[in-house]
Amino acid sequence: MNETHHRVTLTVNGVVREATVPGRRLLSDCLRHDLGLTGTHVGCEHGVCGACTVLLDGEPVRSCLTFAVTVDGQEITTVEGLAQGGALSPVQRAFTECHALQCGFCTPGFLCTVTAFLRDNPAPSEEEALEAVAGNLCRCTGYQNILKAVHRAAEIQAAEIQAAELQAEEGGA
Amino acid sequence: MPSGIGESVPRPDGNLKVSGEFAYSSDLWLEGMLWGATLRSPHPSAWIRSMDVGPALAMPGVFAVLTHEDVPGERFYGLEHRDQPVLAIDQVRYQGEPVAIVAADHPETARRAAAAIVVDYEVRPAVTDPRRAAFDLSCPAVHPGGNLVRHQPVRVGSTFAAEVVVTGEYEVGMQDQAFLGPESGLAVPAEDGGVDLFVATQWLHVDQGQVAPCLGLPPEKVRLTLAGVGGAFGAREDLSMQVHASMLALRTGRPVKMVYGREESFFGHVHRHPARMRYEHGATADGRLVYVRAEILLDGGAYCSSTLAVVGNAASLGVGPYEVDNVWIDAYGVYTNNPPCGAMRGFGAVQACYAYESQMDRLAAACGLSPVEIRVRNAVSQGSRLATGQLIDSPAPLAEMLTELAAMPLPTDPAGAGMDGAGPDLRLLPGGVAQATRGEGVRRGVGYGVGIKNICFSEGFDDYSTARVRIEAAGDEPHVLVRTAAAEVGQGLVTVQAQIARTELGVERVTVAPADTGVGSAGSSSASRQSYVTGGAVRAACVAVRERLGALRAAHPELSLVEVLERCGPVEETREFRHRPTFPMDPVTGQGNSHTQLALCVHRAVVDVDVDLGLVRVVELAAVQDVGKILNPLALEGQIHGGSAQGLGLALMEEIQVREGRVLNPSFTDYLIPTILDMPPMRLSILENPDPHAPYGLRGAGEPPTLSSTPAVAAAVRAATGLDLPRVPIRPEDIALVPASRP
Repeated sequence: MNETHHRVTLTVNGVVREATVPGRRLLSDCLRHDLGLTGTHVGCEHGVCGACTVLLDGEPVRSCLTFAVTVDGQEITTVEGLAQGGALSPVQRAFTECHALQCGFCTPGFLCTVTAFLRDNPAPSEEEALEAVAGNLCRCTGYQNILKAVHRAAEIQAAEIQAAELQAEEGGA
Repeated sequence: MPSGIGESVPRPDGNLKVSGEFAYSSDLWLEGMLWGATLRSPHPSAWIRSMDVGPALAMPGVFAVLTHEDVPGERFYGLEHRDQPVLAIDQVRYQGEPVAIVAADHPETARRAAAAIVVDYEVRPAVTDPRRAAFDLSCPAVHPGGNLVRHQPVRVGSTFAAEVVVTGEYEVGMQDQAFLGPESGLAVPAEDGGVDLFVATQWLHVDQGQVAPCLGLPPEKVRLTLAGVGGAFGAREDLSMQVHASMLALRTGRPVKMVYGREESFFGHVHRHPARMRYEHGATADGRLVYVRAEILLDGGAYCSSTLAVVGNAASLGVGPYEVDNVWIDAYGVYTNNPPCGAMRGFGAVQACYAYESQMDRLAAACGLSPVEIRVRNAVSQGSRLATGQLIDSPAPLAEMLTELAAMPLPTDPAGAGMDGAGPDLRLLPGGVAQATRGEGVRRGVGYGVGIKNICFSEGFDDYSTARVRIEAAGDEPHVLVRTAAAEVGQGLVTVQAQIARTELGVERVTVAPADTGVGSAGSSSASRQSYVTGGAVRAACVAVRERLGALRAAHPELSLVEVLERCGPVEETREFRHRPTFPMDPVTGQGNSHTQLALCVHRAVVDVDVDLGLVRVVELAAVQDVGKILNPLALEGQIHGGSAQGLGLALMEEIQVREGRVLNPSFTDYLIPTILDMPPMRLSILENPDPHAPYGLRGAGEPPTLSSTPAVAAAVRAATGLDLPRVPIRPEDIALVPASRP
């Protein structure tokens, strides 16, 4: 089958990556197969489970519902890009600390979703936290510890921001 | 011991899983590998008149197209009974049965090639009614031996009349395990003519024992390594792509990867047996059970899988954890042309639990007792006997558990009732903001459920695990390596194995090696058995290592542990561990000590039901479970949460809908599993009444909550609506469209 291929340039986790893909290549397949980033998982292939969630210019999207060619030139953050300078992010740490994962297959999608959510809403209420992850399925945990992890991540994040501010003040003084 | 048993030690794979580095079976990749695809039957029942693989073979990029004629060895496999063809032989018995397999250089090419295979089917009438399959002698046979896979009676006593009698007919729909990581693996041809298989499974050795004969290879040439497992819940007990990928790899001489998509996954594994059950309970006027009669009919679908054991569980636990002197149970498992059913968390016991608990509520109503009181009056305890005659010889404090559960505070603030002028918070109503009312029809209900599950394999199965433990000096510290073939499927066994080694050897640095068939069998990661059996094996191997170390250290009292290890070399021991033997059930009376351990869980559910819309919101789930000994509090709670969620799903939403043998909803759009908005906050109380027969006194914990949450939720919906609701999942139309029967 002859089909047109397209060259796409994506900034993935801060690194410029190129791939040549047919127009129908899903972003999830592009990330996993063309770019070798298998941390993004595919659980349902039609946007229900949320395991494939990545950040597109900072906003969570289903990579299984996104064609790679449509995001040419944009920035993508996958689970592999959440750690900062070799240290796990507050959201990643909170998920391990709170035992918010068992098999872990859904975890990358939750992490991306929660990362964007806490950036926009650093101190969510219970209802806000629930709604934030209502589009991600987990089959192992019954969600109890995932909810705890969202709040714990907010705490860690707040403490880190506070510590950084303190450090900046001290440095300024 | 820091990070030993009893502590909430974090998962050793946690950081890998949150950083995206953990390699699931679907992530495996090798240079030059091919992709496998499966052609499946579109028909529940048909003869295959002919097959033409030519069009597939002619496609560029296709390396192999194989049918049953290409199976190198045994052409059948199966967990308990080898009745399932590797690839269909002249006949298909269910929709989705594998007919041919393809290897190609790209997954899309492989799928297109599979679709290009021409199969000429002669469609036959499908046997889809399990009752007809079981009892109608004129029903066509799905297999030559007839449609009855197992009939297990239980017969105790002779009094089948009582002052108060309640009857009911109940139905449980076909539930799917719906793990999130689809079936997948990589088969790599080896230089010795064998194959190395990297796969997500629940029991490496039982896979090996089925794959090797089908490949015509000795077991040592079929080496399995556990790849990352994206959930299991029973669905990975049976083979899926193991033989297929290996056949393609051996044929092409190239590594072959197979990954099912979600739709294919629904056809690629067995489901929970749907059940039809008739119960009759007789009791004294003050609510003490006199007798229970039950007929439990389990639809096993097209192949046997674990139907034999499912029937055994349903029969032996069919009255639940209640004392009753007269029992007449007939449990049947049958073949039909419906999707094959086998293991799912709590199997056999889940179905019966929904029915007997529904009956206990009916009995409570008939006797004018509360649901808690009727259960307390009939509760088993240590020293009671099951319907099989088996003595419960470890703590079973059901009455105390129920009392504690009932005393837990109830959630306040009924969402729709007693609204002030501001109106209810729509998000808290059944259906949330998407629903169309203001909560006028919302009613609250509370229900209770009790479940009893056998832990470990039963009915005489030689159930054991093997562990190899090695201690050596690594730098200036002792290091322990634990090696077993036990499958970590998410449950946290990898954490617990290390905790046990730390506790037994007093060494902090412990590594659990990847699971593979290079060490003896660990048995299955099912039946809530791995902490017990593999935990027991790890402990036994550690004790053996400790004894040898003790002798070495006595001989060199001047040396530290590390110095001893440096001078004398590593110490390694391998041990097998078996639980107490179990025995078959008598084929006529069902009597026998068929189980080694029994575990109890009780749930209370609080629901709000919009009786006009038929929508249910579970407000809270509370549970009390006796686990004997808590090995890891955080991981244990996670198991109870997750098991409860799956039981909630069965009560309210989860069903594979099958019409005339065809699956109508093989997707996550149409097969619903609970989201975080469906799953309420949980209140837990975990008891530790040790089982003196088990390592550390522990009691398997993964399955019991899956039993009791379903009837608790169903009972709560009944309490809110006054409806009978004799079927789970309870659908909106079961509540809102009941013709003029609402009280």
